Amino acid sequence: MSLEESKQAVVDDFSMYDEWLDKYEYLIDLGKKLEPLPESSKTGEKLIKGCQSRVWLDYEVKDGCVYFSADSDAIITKGIISLLIGVYSGRTASEIASDDFAWIEKIGLRQNLSPTRSNGLASMVQTIKQIAKTLANNG
Amino acid sequence: MMQTQELLSRFPQLSAKVYGKPLVYLDNAATSLRPLSVTRKWDQMSLEYNSNLHRAVHRTAELATAEFEEARTEVARFIGASSPGQIVFTSGATAAINLVAYSFGELCVGEGDEIIVAESEHHSDIVPWQMLCRRKGAVIKVLPVDENGRLEIEALPSLITTRTRIVCVAQVSNVLGIVNPVREIAAICHSRNCALLVDGAQGIVHLDVNVSDMGCDFYVFSGHKMYAAPGTGVLYASGDWLDRMPPYMGGGEMIGTVKWEGSTYAPAPHKFEAGTQNISGVPAFKPAIDELFRLKEYDAVLSSIRDMLLEDLPRIEGLRLYGVPAAAGDKIPLFSISVEGVHHEDLALILDKMGIAVRSGQMCAEPLMDRYGVTGMLRASFAPYNTVQEAEYFLVSLRKAIEMLR
Repeated sequence: MSLEESKQAVVDDFSMYDEWLDKYEYLIDLGKKLEPLPESSKTGEKLIKGCQSRVWLDYEVKDGCVYFSADSDAIITKGIISLLIGVYSGRTASEIASDDFAWIEKIGLRQNLSPTRSNGLASMVQTIKQIAKTLANNG
Repeated sequence: MMQTQELLSRFPQLSAKVYGKPLVYLDNAATSLRPLSVTRKWDQMSLEYNSNLHRAVHRTAELATAEFEEARTEVARFIGASSPGQIVFTSGATAAINLVAYSFGELCVGEGDEIIVAESEHHSDIVPWQMLCRRKGAVIKVLPVDENGRLEIEALPSLITTRTRIVCVAQVSNVLGIVNPVREIAAICHSRNCALLVDGAQGIVHLDVNVSDMGCDFYVFSGHKMYAAPGTGVLYASGDWLDRMPPYMGGGEMIGTVKWEGSTYAPAPHKFEAGTQNISGVPAFKPAIDELFRLKEYDAVLSSIRDMLLEDLPRIEGLRLYGVPAAAGDKIPLFSISVEGVHHEDLALILDKMGIAVRSGQMCAEPLMDRYGVTGMLRASFAPYNTVQEAEYFLVSLRKAIEMLR
């Protein structure tokens, strides 16, 4: 699946539900399915700043593509980060760095989170962008 | 939800909807809803009596000043202070504590002195004392709470030494909701010659407060939690503390004379009210106090909500309630909980979508979170305008949210 297709798939998934409670169920489900990070990876430097719950983001580069892994102590946050890394894992750093992340607005996630959560989402997006930019510049 | 028409007309926000559902406002310990009588007074002060205080001879300034000073008299009577001169208006409880930490600190605290702060205090009753300690080389000692959230006051006499200058406790903790035995604490403090500051931010809303009876040296509270205007607060100081303490901020109407060689200060309480005061907000204390008394009509409802939740919350599997009172009457209707295997923020987020406003997180009491080994809690806090139906809806919704998350 291309990056565009992958984003569209999430937007389509989200549009299946009218009620935000159902959308949360979907995020909770994603969060439960996300492979937890080993405790040794949950270090301070992998912690995303600006989130009220704790979110750790790790990555590795294989064959020129970035693969993210993440965890959180809150399940909805874990579902959100799972959504993000599901879309961006396996892409090249420059592809991620040049993306506009506009699909997140389309699913209405930001508007439906409390301000503190919305800031958390912004921090997650910012961290993914930053990692990609740094990798793209170094590569 | 099921409030009487009369109550809905007094508190318009009770009719609000969120996501198309009726708002169930259970974040009253953060700030209360605002009654119409208070916003009307605020409006009147802004639209009819707007003018600065104490300074001009013109008629409107006189009216505004009278409103402001009447509020001082009213607040003094409300909390049982012996004179209005013992009341200083501030921007809130936090500002009042900062004022005491600075001015009392200047007067009484030196290197090696000690300040005792309860483990369950709000950050606003911790950080100003830490700042004072850094300035003066003083130290903070912690008065612990037990597993049930009750202050270990039997530890207090041995914590107090000849170097202890002040003890700082909340009348009711914003996390635990337990009424602390402040009179007993005051007696201990006075027998040992140290001062007592009581943070009444939560207590003033639910308890009958009489500061003279209580025997505290300082009592502080915010307006916005007791139906009054945001950006207003009160510092009460007993005896001659206000005369003896140096001012905190300089400028405006706090002066006596100003010369290049130096300035003198106005007498208390004006010495502590530098700069233009909250001229629209402070007069709204009067209707807020009236509202607080009118709401006592719902005391029985509030007690039954408290009793129901004290009984039903612990029945939820994996739920821990913080602040378990010895007797139900020792607790205000405020419930902080954690649920095993479920994050407090997830719960708050789902409850929000069900129309329920609750608080989640550290609740400005990080040391207390550390004491109980949690990263945060979920808190539902009730006001007299909440109904039994709302409490029941909260319980049902909480169970549903836990089910979704497990």
